[in-house]
Formats: sequence, structure tokens, C-alpha cells
Amino acid sequence: MPVAREGIYGVVAEFETPSDLVRAAQAAYQDGWRRMDCYTPYPVEEAAEAIGFHKNKVPLVTVIGGLMGLCAMFSLETWISTLAYPLNIAGRPTYSWPAFMIPAYEWTILWAGLSACFGMLALNGLPSLYHPLFNAPNFRSGATDDKFFLCLEALDPKFEVSETIAYLESFGPNSVVEVEY
Amino acid sequence: MTMLMLGEGAAPNTKRIELAMATRDIKTQDPKIDPLTGEFKVIAPGQTFKSVTAKIADIVLTPRISLGWMAFVAIAGSVAMLLLVAVTWLFLKGTGIWAVTQPVGWGFAIINFVWWIGIGHAGTLISAILLLFKQGWRNSINRFAEAMTIFAVVCAAVFPLIHIGRPWLGYWLLPLPLSMNVWPQFRSPLLWDVFAVSTYAIISVVFWYMGMIPDFGTLRDRAKSKFAKYLYGMVALGWRGSVRHWMRYETASLLLAGLATPLVLSVHSVISFDFAVAVIPGWHTTIFPPYFVAGAIYSGFAMVLTLAIPLRHFFHLETLVTDRHIDNMGKVMLGTGLIVAYGYGMEVFMSWYSASHWEFFMMWNRMFGPMGWSYWVLIFCNIAFPLTTLWSRKLRTSIPFMFLISIIVNTGMWFERFVIVVTSMYRDFLPSSWGTYRATKWDYMTYVGTLGLFTFLFLMFVRFLPMIPMNEIKMMLPAAKITPKAKPVAGAGD
Repeated sequence: MPVAREGIYGVVAEFETPSDLVRAAQAAYQDGWRRMDCYTPYPVEEAAEAIGFHKNKVPLVTVIGGLMGLCAMFSLETWISTLAYPLNIAGRPTYSWPAFMIPAYEWTILWAGLSACFGMLALNGLPSLYHPLFNAPNFRSGATDDKFFLCLEALDPKFEVSETIAYLESFGPNSVVEVEY
Repeated sequence: MTMLMLGEGAAPNTKRIELAMATRDIKTQDPKIDPLTGEFKVIAPGQTFKSVTAKIADIVLTPRISLGWMAFVAIAGSVAMLLLVAVTWLFLKGTGIWAVTQPVGWGFAIINFVWWIGIGHAGTLISAILLLFKQGWRNSINRFAEAMTIFAVVCAAVFPLIHIGRPWLGYWLLPLPLSMNVWPQFRSPLLWDVFAVSTYAIISVVFWYMGMIPDFGTLRDRAKSKFAKYLYGMVALGWRGSVRHWMRYETASLLLAGLATPLVLSVHSVISFDFAVAVIPGWHTTIFPPYFVAGAIYSGFAMVLTLAIPLRHFFHLETLVTDRHIDNMGKVMLGTGLIVAYGYGMEVFMSWYSASHWEFFMMWNRMFGPMGWSYWVLIFCNIAFPLTTLWSRKLRTSIPFMFLISIIVNTGMWFERFVIVVTSMYRDFLPSSWGTYRATKWDYMTYVGTLGLFTFLFLMFVRFLPMIPMNEIKMMLPAAKITPKAKPVAGAGD
């Protein structure tokens, strides 16, 4: 859960093109910035690479979810068919595992799919309807439309308001704005 | 298909392109043609990030409600009322009001169920399989194809639920710890259906909703009215476009696509087991799973065309849903149609080659018996007409023709299910038990009612939800290209 804080969240620069953003992000990362993030209207893989975000845990969550679905359905079927309610269907064995594979297969996909979606949201910290960046006057009209943002956050040890603003200005953005909590 | 594989990033192989241009007789200066590939462009030239957002978001956010839309909603809503009436009468009287009886124990309910589920399959194919194959042209049509999937599954799910006789006991299908201590029988394809179709419905909804989250963010930020801001803000879950979020989102999309691909193939395979596992001649065949899946995609693409052609016309989306899309969908239909044709041919061949008296009679009866007309309608609609004309590029890019062919193929695929269900059963092993099948007015009302329901839901979707994924279109614009080398930035660093 985000802790309510006072003061400055960070400084955000608005860029006109994705290339400008990627260049600025690369330079900032090389200069030692770590508490930073880019905001774009569509996925810009190069920007994620530039800020050192290479791997994520969504595949792991999905695999775990899928295996849980597989085990849950297969053991449910086995328990029902052999112990809870054994039925003689045309003389077939009660533990007829090939037939059980189909619902187990479907549940593998069901659980893996739900884990992928909800795992992604959880790792992203969503839903969170409030975020300090929404306070920046130009953020909401641009970040989901046609502008590209680089935010250097106050939690970074290198952060100092006026210096950071000057630093971001040097990349030639449209504007640089302070963001408050 | 070779030309289809030549995507935007293909190397300029001038010789091959000249050859392609020469054989296709296209004017090079046509602005709709990509000079690199000789194909129609996926997105018409001159689009920017802003124009894409404006075009798509404003359809949803405009406060004006057009008269045309209202008229369509009124018509579709009235037709959907037929479903309500038919289902109410069914609940009062029981399934006896339908034409199902011995020897045809499965009638319109299963025909319509299989038909609707099949239509849904193209949506998943477009959103999942074409994503994995990196077919960028799918981006313009995947959202409404997914919506089509969900609404088709809704219509499909109505039929088995009202056919079980006591629909209020539908939850008995699920493995629940009930006080009767009775559990489902897991060796039956009918139970496999429960899991396949419910998984398909849930995963489709999740995939569809997840795809819309960033677009809801855009709508939230563009909305003028407080109510719209609040509503889209809630469903956007606070999306702010962080690249870390985007990367996880992209991973999750790819994983869901990878999961939906085997799922969509399994769903119609499992449905075909309902038939193939039985010993009825005409059903008891191993070709059913692949042939059902191909047929599903065939009819689904026909339905995507039926929806896309009026949509791009009424909402002026010709710059985003271009001739390239219509052309490519025609090609996919041609490919899957040929698989379906092979399936029909193999059924006929096997009825002879099996040397089974019953199989042979079934096929003869299917072609020349009292209901033989339905088989020939099917052959005309699915094979004779589309598979001869879809080879021509001129016809594939003729909008009225493609609309016509989409209606014809949808009709044909409905008749395919009719032929499989009815003509296999009405004259079975013993001539003394032969009968016929004549659908009642309640059968027709239920079916027509679901058509109304589908149209109604789709109209609501195009008005209130973003029907084209804005972020995926923006990714394909030339402006999204990252120029490789940075100019040395003066004064960078502290």
C-alpha cells in the first residue's frame, strides 16, 4: 500500500517523440539515476530497456497458476471418480485418466490465463486510482494520447529539485514540471 | 499467403516486387498501396498519434446519439424480445414446444450452439494466433473481433442451458458438493463441453478487458462529462502508461495469446467429440475435430466481415480498417474454406471406403434423400460459390461482394451444422424408426432472437467501448519508430 507522503514526488519532463524520450532515459540511467520511470501512450520497449527494466515475473506467475489449475482439476476428477462417486460406465475403469486430461487441460489454461491477467495487475500495483503524477497539469492530456514522459523521482539519492529540473531541461523537452504528492 | 507474410518490415526486394506488381496489375502511384510490398497499406497514410486517439475515442465520447444507431438498437432490441418470449414459453411448457423428438433428439438448440461458438472462434484467432504470428494488420480489427467472440459465446451458451429441460438446475453440471452427494461423470464429452466452453468464455472476457485497460485510460483523460470520467476512470484501474507496466502488460498479452491458441483449438475439438464419440453414422468419424475447427474459423471470419464492412462505413473508419484487411480476411476464408472442402470430400470418401452399409446409406440419404436440398445449399454456400470467387483479388477487395459472400458463408455454415445434426439422425439404422424433422415456430423464434441479442450487444459495444485498440494502432505508425543514434546531448550529466 502506498504510504501518504508530503512534498515532492518527482520531476517530470514531457517529450514530443519516443526517440527523444529514449535518449533522455538512456542518458539519465547512465548518469546513475535509478528511481525513474517513463510514461508512454503505447508500449515503448526501448524505453524500458533504457531504464534497466529487462525482465518481469508475469511468466513465473502464469506457470504457477497453470500448474495449480492442472493439479486442482486432475485431483478433483480422480477423487470424484474413484472415491466419492465411482460409476461403472460401460465397464471402463473408475480411474480412466485419459478422459480426465481434457477438463484438466482446460483448467490449466483457465488458471494460467487468470494468473497472467491478475498477476500482471498485481505486479503493476493496479488498481490504484490515485497517483501523484495525475497532479501534473500536462500529464493526463498527454501520457495516454501522444506525449512521452520521463519522471525522475524524489526518492533517488541524486534528486535535488532545481538541479534535477536543469538536468532534464538539458535534453530539450517540451516542458519540465514538479510533481507533488 | 506468401504476399501476406511480407510484412511492413520486409526487405525491399525490387525484382520480386516488380514481378508481383506486373502480375497483379496495380497502379504504383496509388497512395493506398505500399510500394515496398505491393500490398494495400494496413493504415492509410497521414495518421498521427493525435488523429488516431481523436478518431477512435470520439466515437465513444461524443454526447450526440445518432438517429441511425438508435434505429438499429430499436430493431435489434425488438428482435431480441423474440428470444425472451420464446424462452418464457419454453420454461412454462418444456422442450416439447420444439421439434426435437425421436429419432432427431438434437435439433436447433445444438445446431445454433455449434454455429455461434464457431463464429466466436475467429475473434480468438485474430486476437491470439495472428498476434503470435506477428500479423500487424490484425491490430485494427482485433478488438471488435474479440467483442464478437464474447457476444457469440453468450448467444451460444443460451442454447444448452435452455435445452437441459430444467434450466434452474443448470448448476448440477458443475462439480459442486451438493447435499444429494451426486457428482458429474468425467468420461462424457458433454461434461468436457462444460469446462471447455466456460473456460473459453472466461478467458475471452479477461483477454478483451485486459486489452481495453489502456484505452479506458485514454477515455478517462479525454472525457468531458463527469459521469464518463468517473466510469472510465473506474474501469481503467488507474492506468498511467508506465513503461514498467507496459512491459508486464505486453508479456501478459503474449502469454494470454499463447494460452488462447491451444484453447480455441480445443474448444471446437471438444464440441466435435459430442458427435464423434457417438456411434451414429455421419458422426462417428475422426476427421471431425480439425474439420470443425477449420469450419469455425471460416464462419467466424465471415461474421467479422459482416460486422466490419458496415462499421467502417458508418463510423468512417476506412483509414484504419483498410482494403488490406478485407483482402486478408478473404485470403484466410479461402484457406480455411479449402480445409472445410477437404473435410466434406473425406466424409464422402470414407462413407464409401469404410464399406459400411449404414455409412453409405447415410451419405446417399444426406445427398439425395428427402432433405437432400440442405446438403446442396451447404455445398453451394460453402464450397461452390466462395471457393471459386475468392481467388480473384478484384473480388476480394470489392466491398459489396465481400459483404455478400460473408452472408452466404454464414448461411452455409449454419446449414453444415443442420446437415450434420439432422440428416445423420432422421433415418438411422431401422427403417421402422425413421422420421423427419420440422422446426417449429418456437425454434425459429429462439434462433432469430439470439441474432437480435447479438446485434444489440454489439451496438452497445461500438457506442460505449473503444472498438479499435488505440495503443496497438499507434505502435504501427511511422512516428513510433525509434531513430537509432542519439545526437550528443550538450550538458548531460552533472
